[in-house]
Amino acid sequence: MSEVILKNVRKVYPNSIEAVKDVSLTIEDKEFIVFVGPSGCGKSTLLRCIAGLEEVTSGEIIIGRQVVNDIHPKDRDIAMVFQNYALYPHMNVYNNIAFGLKTRGYSKDEIGARVLEAVKILGIEEYLKSKPRELSGGQRQRVAIGRAIVRHPKVFLFDEPLSNLDAKMRVSMRAEISRLHKTLGVTMIYVTHDQTEAMTMGDRIVVIDKGEIMQVSDPHTLYFKPENLFTGTFIGSPQMNIFSGAVTSGKFLSENLNFSFTKRIPDFQSAAVGVRPEDISLTSGNIEIKGRVELAESLGDVTFLHLNLNNQRVIVKTTLEKRFQINEEISIFPNIEKFHIFNLEDGKRIEF
Amino acid sequence: MSIMNKIKKNLPKIMTYTVLIAGALTILFPFFWMLSTSLKTPIEAVKFPPTFIPENPQFSNYADAWQKVNFTRYFLNTIFITICELVGVLLTSILAAYSFARFNFKGREFIFVSMLAIMMIPMPVYIVPGYMMLQKFGWIDTYYAQIVPWLANVFSIFLLRQHFKTIPNDLYDAAVIDGYSDLGFLFKIVVPLSKPALVTIAIFTTLSSWNSFIWPLVMTNSDSIRPVQVGLAYFIQEQSTSYTLLMAASTFVILPLVILFFIAQKQIVASYSRSGLKD
Repeated sequence: MSEVILKNVRKVYPNSIEAVKDVSLTIEDKEFIVFVGPSGCGKSTLLRCIAGLEEVTSGEIIIGRQVVNDIHPKDRDIAMVFQNYALYPHMNVYNNIAFGLKTRGYSKDEIGARVLEAVKILGIEEYLKSKPRELSGGQRQRVAIGRAIVRHPKVFLFDEPLSNLDAKMRVSMRAEISRLHKTLGVTMIYVTHDQTEAMTMGDRIVVIDKGEIMQVSDPHTLYFKPENLFTGTFIGSPQMNIFSGAVTSGKFLSENLNFSFTKRIPDFQSAAVGVRPEDISLTSGNIEIKGRVELAESLGDVTFLHLNLNNQRVIVKTTLEKRFQINEEISIFPNIEKFHIFNLEDGKRIEF
Repeated sequence: MSIMNKIKKNLPKIMTYTVLIAGALTILFPFFWMLSTSLKTPIEAVKFPPTFIPENPQFSNYADAWQKVNFTRYFLNTIFITICELVGVLLTSILAAYSFARFNFKGREFIFVSMLAIMMIPMPVYIVPGYMMLQKFGWIDTYYAQIVPWLANVFSIFLLRQHFKTIPNDLYDAAVIDGYSDLGFLFKIVVPLSKPALVTIAIFTTLSSWNSFIWPLVMTNSDSIRPVQVGLAYFIQEQSTSYTLLMAASTFVILPLVILFFIAQKQIVASYSRSGLKD
C-alpha cells in the first residue's frame, strides 16, 4: 500500500509567508494525481514537503501508513524528478541513474540489472556512456526519470518535469509518463502549471490557489462542474467568460446578460455567470447579445472571436468557416443550459 | 599603392603585435639576463659594457651554487611546506566556502565581509603580531610557523564560494533524495564540478608558497627548515654579492615553476582570467 495522506499540512516560511495553508488530502494507492495552479500557488512547496525537502510547519504527512514528518527524504521511499532534470553533470548516464542505488548499498550486479531495466523501459540504452550535456532535453528528462525508476519507490514525485521541453517533446513525454504510470503501477504525484498536462494525465486533479486546495476531482468534473470561480476560470483555454451581476427574484441581471432562471433560486446580491467560449453559439439560441468583433484568431479548425460587449471582452469559440471583419457587429447566443453560476461573495458554485 | 593599402588594412594588427612583442620582450629580458649571468665568470658579470652572450659559459656555476648552500635540504623543505599548504588550503577553502555558499547562519554576511576586509591588510602589518603569537605558541623556528598560518586563505574561500553558488539547488535536492549527506554532496558532486576553481586555487597557493620569503626569513633561524627563497638570499652578503651563483641558483629555483607552467599553461591562463586578479 502506498497511499499518501496529508493531514492539515501547513508550511510557513521564516519570512512568515504562508505557502501552504491547512491542506488535507488523501492520494490513493497507484493513483496519478496532478497538482495544478498558477505559479507561486504553493503546489511545488507542497510536493517538496511530501518529498521531505521542506519541513512542514504543522500537520502530518503519511506515506504508506507511516508518518514521515521526521523521516529523512532518502528513507521516505519516494523518488523525485525535477524541472531542470538535476542530473549530475560530471557523471555519465549510467552513474547518474546508479547514484542513488550506490548510497543504499546494493550489490554491483543488482545495480547493473536495475539500471539496464530502467534504460530499456525509457529507450535510452545507447546513451549509457554519455554525459548529460551531450543529450537533448527529452533524453535528459528520460535519464532523470530513469534515476527515479531504478529505486522502485512507493511514490513518484514530478515537479514540472516537462516545462523545459519544447512543445512537441512535451506532448510525447506526456504520453510516455502516462504509459509509465500504467506499466509501473505506482502512485504518482505530478506538479504542473499547465492545464493541458493536468487534464490529460491526471486520474484526479488538485487545483491549488494561494496555498489552498480549491477543488479535487477528475478532469471531467473539473471542467464541467467547477466548484468555484477560480477553478472555472483557471481550467479551460481560452478562459471562461464571466458576467458579474446579481440574482434577484429568479432573474439574473447584469450589464450585458439578463435572463430568467427556469428553476427556483434564492437571491444573491453579487453573483456571476460563467460561460465557456464553446458554449456560445453564433447562429441561434434563447438569449441574444450584440457585440463588435475586436479580433479573430483562426486556428484552422476553430476560430476564437474576441468580442467587445460594451467594453466587456467576451471570447467565443466557433467552428464556423467564415471570415469575420474587424468592428463587424454580430449576435451571439450563450447556451443557458451550460451556464455556471457563482456566488461572488465566497466564489462558490450555485446549483440551480 | 597596393602595399600602402595592405599596410593600412593591417594597421590595427601590426600595432597590436608591436605592443605585444614589446611587452613580451620587457618581461622576458630579466629571465634572459638571469640565464646569461648564471653562465658568466664573476668578472664578466660586472663588466662594462655588459656582454649579452657569455664569452666562456661556466656551467660549473650551477654545481657550485648547489653545493655552496645546501639546496637539497631547502628544496625538500619548500616541497614539504608547499604540499602541506596546498592540502590545507584546499580542504579549508572547500569546507568554508560551502558553509558560506549553502548554509544560513546568524552573522554569515558579517563574518564573510570581515574576512574579505582581512584581504586588504598587507603582510608587513601583521608580521610583528604574527611573530608574537607564534612565539607564544613556541613555534618560532619550526615548520608549524611556516605552514599553519597559511592553511586558510581568504581569497580561495571567496573564489570557491562564488563558484559553489552557481551550482543549482536542484542538484542538492536530488542528492538528498539519492541519500547523500551534506559532506557526501560536497565531495561527490560539488567538488568534482568545481575543478576549474580548485585548479586556480591550487596554482595560486603553489606559487605563493614556493615564493614565500619574508615570512620564513623572520619566523625561522635554522637552515635545516628554511625554504629555497631564503636559501637564495645567502648569495647576497653585505660585503659582496656573487651574482653568477645567485643567478644560477635562481634559475634552478624557478625551474620547477616553469615546468609547472608548461604543464598547466592552459589552466593557469584560464585561472587568471577567471579570478580577474593577479596575486
